[in-house]
Amino acid sequence: MDFELMINSFPKLLSAATITLKLLSVSLIIGLFIGLLFAILRLNKNIFLNKFAYGYSYLFRGTPLLVQIFIIYFGLGQIEYLRTTFLWVILKEPYWCAIIAFALNTGAYTSEILRSAFQTIKPGFIEAGKSLGISSRIIFYKIQIPIAIRQSLPAYGNEIILMMKGTSLASTVTIMDLTGVAKYIISTTFRPVEVFIVAGGIYLFMTFVIHNIIKYLEKKYSFT
Amino acid sequence: MNIFKKTIFSVLLSLLVVGNVHADKIRIGTEGAYPPWNSKDESGKLIGFEVELAYTLCRYIGQQCTIVEQDWDGMIPALIMRKFDAIMAGMSITAERQKAISFSQGYADEVASLAVMKGSSLEGLDTPAGINLTKPNAAAKKALKTLTSALAGKTVCVQTATIHQNFLDSGDVGKVNVRTYKTQDEVNLDLASGRCDAALAAAVAFSDYAEKSGKPVVLTGPTFSGGAFGNGVGVGIRKDDTELLKKFNAAINKARQNGDISRIATKWFGFDASM
Repeated sequence: MDFELMINSFPKLLSAATITLKLLSVSLIIGLFIGLLFAILRLNKNIFLNKFAYGYSYLFRGTPLLVQIFIIYFGLGQIEYLRTTFLWVILKEPYWCAIIAFALNTGAYTSEILRSAFQTIKPGFIEAGKSLGISSRIIFYKIQIPIAIRQSLPAYGNEIILMMKGTSLASTVTIMDLTGVAKYIISTTFRPVEVFIVAGGIYLFMTFVIHNIIKYLEKKYSFT
Repeated sequence: MNIFKKTIFSVLLSLLVVGNVHADKIRIGTEGAYPPWNSKDESGKLIGFEVELAYTLCRYIGQQCTIVEQDWDGMIPALIMRKFDAIMAGMSITAERQKAISFSQGYADEVASLAVMKGSSLEGLDTPAGINLTKPNAAAKKALKTLTSALAGKTVCVQTATIHQNFLDSGDVGKVNVRTYKTQDEVNLDLASGRCDAALAAAVAFSDYAEKSGKPVVLTGPTFSGGAFGNGVGVGIRKDDTELLKKFNAAINKARQNGDISRIATKWFGFDASM
């Protein structure tokens, strides 16, 4: 064990962890909107919209995240026509390709989490709203959405942690996130064990923080 | 001794013998993704200059060899962790790597070059045909200055953990935006897509790609050798494995004298890259 290397690489890895957190937070925010939109489409009676939303979640949950990143980054980069359009401004950047892949992936899982949360809402809550003469739109925004979010907290916390670990795949498309910098340090020191132990420790700490935030929120918003 | 004991004994003995035979085989690690040095054919079989040379060297050593595939970025760690006993993967002999492993004498040399897509503003730089960085002369220093101003703010792509990455990180050509990839294939893809303004690798790696893909990839600037680019390509061997190092050095001597190295090099490179 080369402890000196572990200590020396720690600050470099720590600053790379901010890139990891940036990737995570941006893709989670976009993914949450996508997830909410598609959860609502899944509950829609219109068979076309319903199937479309189902197809999206099926596609992104049924293929590995790494494959999705490669298709978006290397695959779309091969289409010559695309390079002449304004889309290339975004797709040219590895950072945005990673964000698109992560957001679409987490969006698919989030839509499933929210859908099942909506479906577990007891009809009594909605009926109570109706009996008070509240419009169904207000019921949706003020009763269904808040309850669904609370119901989905444990599963969503899990999804955040999975996504946080998933961001390590950004290093495969040249992004210098925590894993990317770890690999870089290894490429000059040839000591994978030490560097990956430190990087793994930082990931573990981030999981610890996220886990506890979710636990706190669960407690705060419990209504049982 | 009853039958049962005899059976156990013979099984153990055969295991011992098989184990010994296995230990006698030299395991050589290669990447299989860096043509013409080493690559794979359509059926997934490892081919290339070093694959053929490896079997030739093993014949001179008088031991059997197996060739093991290993990703480039884990090559040296895998050698140290005894996944195989020697590296033949277009790995240049550099001072940095010699801190971790030993190298045999060089068996071939390559020059590095920048490549761009045809029509790039970086095409046709005013530099000498080749520069040596071990003791840079006035012309080489001037070429580095030309490159520094031409590459300022540009994205240059390289394979990770290579001499090409070391050179760009060394600051000899100023502060360029270096992007690193796991394989040379990925570097080529992003050079062709336009995500990289330029790429740096062995000149033969680009000409091989241009030929096979038909993409208008052209070399630009000087070819590089010496300095961060090391002193030729050698067999990488664990530091404590001095016995094997001696064997490889002797085998390379014989193969060179008999003209094997230049014959195999000419076959794969199209010119004599042996040294």
